[in-house]
Amino acid sequence: MQRAMANRLTPYMFMAPAVVIMVIALLYPLGYMVWGSFRDWDPSQTIGEAEFVGLKNYITLWHDPNFRESLGVTLSFAFFVVTFEMIIGVGLALLLDRNIRGMSVLRTLFILPMMIAPVVVGLMWRYMYHPTVGTFNRFFESIGLPSVDWLGANALMSVIIADIWQWTPFIFILSLAALQSLPRSALEAARIDGATGWQQIIHIKLPLMMPVLIVTGLLRLIDAFKVLEVILVMTEGGPGLSTEILALRISRTATEFRELGVAAAMSNYLLILLLFITLMMFAFTRWQEMRTNRLRAAAEEDE
Amino acid sequence: MSTTYDRQQPAFYALIAALVVMSVGPVLLMFVNSFKLDVDIISGTSGMIFLPTIQNYETALCDVLWYKPDHVDHCSLKFGNAFINSLIIALVSTILTLVIGCMAAYALVRFRFMGRDSVSLTTLMVRMVPPAVLLVPVFGLWNNEFCIDKTSYVGSAIRDTFGGRGDVCLAGTHSGIILVYIAMNLPFVIWILQSFIVQVPRSLEEAARVDGAGPFQVFFKVVLPLIKPGLAAAAIFTFRIAWNEYLLASALSDRNTKTVPILIVNNMSEFNVEWGVIMATGMLLAIPPIIFTLFASRQIITGMTAGAVKG
Repeated sequence: MQRAMANRLTPYMFMAPAVVIMVIALLYPLGYMVWGSFRDWDPSQTIGEAEFVGLKNYITLWHDPNFRESLGVTLSFAFFVVTFEMIIGVGLALLLDRNIRGMSVLRTLFILPMMIAPVVVGLMWRYMYHPTVGTFNRFFESIGLPSVDWLGANALMSVIIADIWQWTPFIFILSLAALQSLPRSALEAARIDGATGWQQIIHIKLPLMMPVLIVTGLLRLIDAFKVLEVILVMTEGGPGLSTEILALRISRTATEFRELGVAAAMSNYLLILLLFITLMMFAFTRWQEMRTNRLRAAAEEDE
Repeated sequence: MSTTYDRQQPAFYALIAALVVMSVGPVLLMFVNSFKLDVDIISGTSGMIFLPTIQNYETALCDVLWYKPDHVDHCSLKFGNAFINSLIIALVSTILTLVIGCMAAYALVRFRFMGRDSVSLTTLMVRMVPPAVLLVPVFGLWNNEFCIDKTSYVGSAIRDTFGGRGDVCLAGTHSGIILVYIAMNLPFVIWILQSFIVQVPRSLEEAARVDGAGPFQVFFKVVLPLIKPGLAAAAIFTFRIAWNEYLLASALSDRNTKTVPILIVNNMSEFNVEWGVIMATGMLLAIPPIIFTLFASRQIITGMTAGAVKG
């Protein structure tokens, strides 16, 4: 009797530490933030002392041109980064999916940029983009081209390039894994039927990889909204607001302008955006599962 | 096992060489520059001809060196202290996240219990939360709510032992930062480990249970050894985040609990950047992840594909 009781409690005992920590340090803070976003909240006050102002923070933000610009910067950063990384990453995977010596060494070198601290990545690129001592401008100078104002007039582009450098390998590795797990029979059949390389890619490889590619792209999209340190070190959001993504603006609103309520409301806008993307990912994987189940059922009926 | 490799055109190898230069080049550049004097970096006689010096590293590490370098008259950069903080925080949070995370993952995979679905759904959802979103609430809570009153028994005991003023709060302590990191990494670790635990054959566990092992024994003696590759992958990813994170650490740390990324950002934002020293500190911060990558790249790749593809 006692033994059965203990067995019934086992899963809860295994879950308990994780649940306690996540409630204390993740869910409760998130609720606290939602609550705080309805208040005019200064860092020196406790949340109880802060005045309740209803939706004021949200409405102010909605009409704030700076917030809108920052939102625009965030969206275009995420869009360009994910698009270019998907194109380059998948392209490279298709190109390098060959039986060559030293592939594992190659993959090791490619994941290096992802593992290094974002702060350090920002530091390296800030040096390379430096107007006078930087690597790029020196190189341009030595071959007689005019120098480029990387972190000035073209700041957003420069930041996007740095992110592409850091995260394209992620897409590359995942799509290479997807490519190598494709059913050999389909490719074999296409080759026997005389499909050219391009035809194989467009009609067989890409459609079969699609589920993995979509999930990868959405994961990368979610991560693109988390980028902060690289940009902070490279440009600190400037010049002007040209590279001030939302994450950076939240941290500045909280620490420099000392408006915790507004920062909380801004965080909520960002969360809602991300929630939307995550739900899309869920819906997609569910749909995918249902479709494979249906296909399998159909195949079984045929037999 | 002998594998034959396809022969490729020269252009193909040229492309690969270009890719390798592109991905490793910036790291190499930083490595080389960290051994240059500022004069050499700025004067721009670019290339490999310079006198390598470890002065930058000496300046960076001046507070833990056993001798006093000639060129440092005032040791302002407390890098050694920050490095130790980073190590403590990253190691402790990695170990705790792994232990807690694999227990939870095991329960989610192996048992049917009330609330299982909502737990696994929540785990998935919180994976998307960016650190910046946690900044405001964590700052508020850690400074104001998660405190022990200094007049209480425990609070006064801590104040008597460690000194300091005011209430005893989580902010400014190692444990405060560690707690956030564990919470941030748990969802990902649980997600990765689930996909490894599913592959452990049930019959093994049942055999152990028939031999009289309790649930905890089954878990520690049978399941854990079998999911070692998964644990390695999860450990590397957790360590990477805890080691590299800047934003939350900067909000929660005080002068004594600063981590290395904070130090680097603080030195960057000043107007006149000392490139040599900054690159040396950056290099020191980058060394542990580079070592992991070189020695455990297979686990990293397994972890990445398991985290994204399976699921």
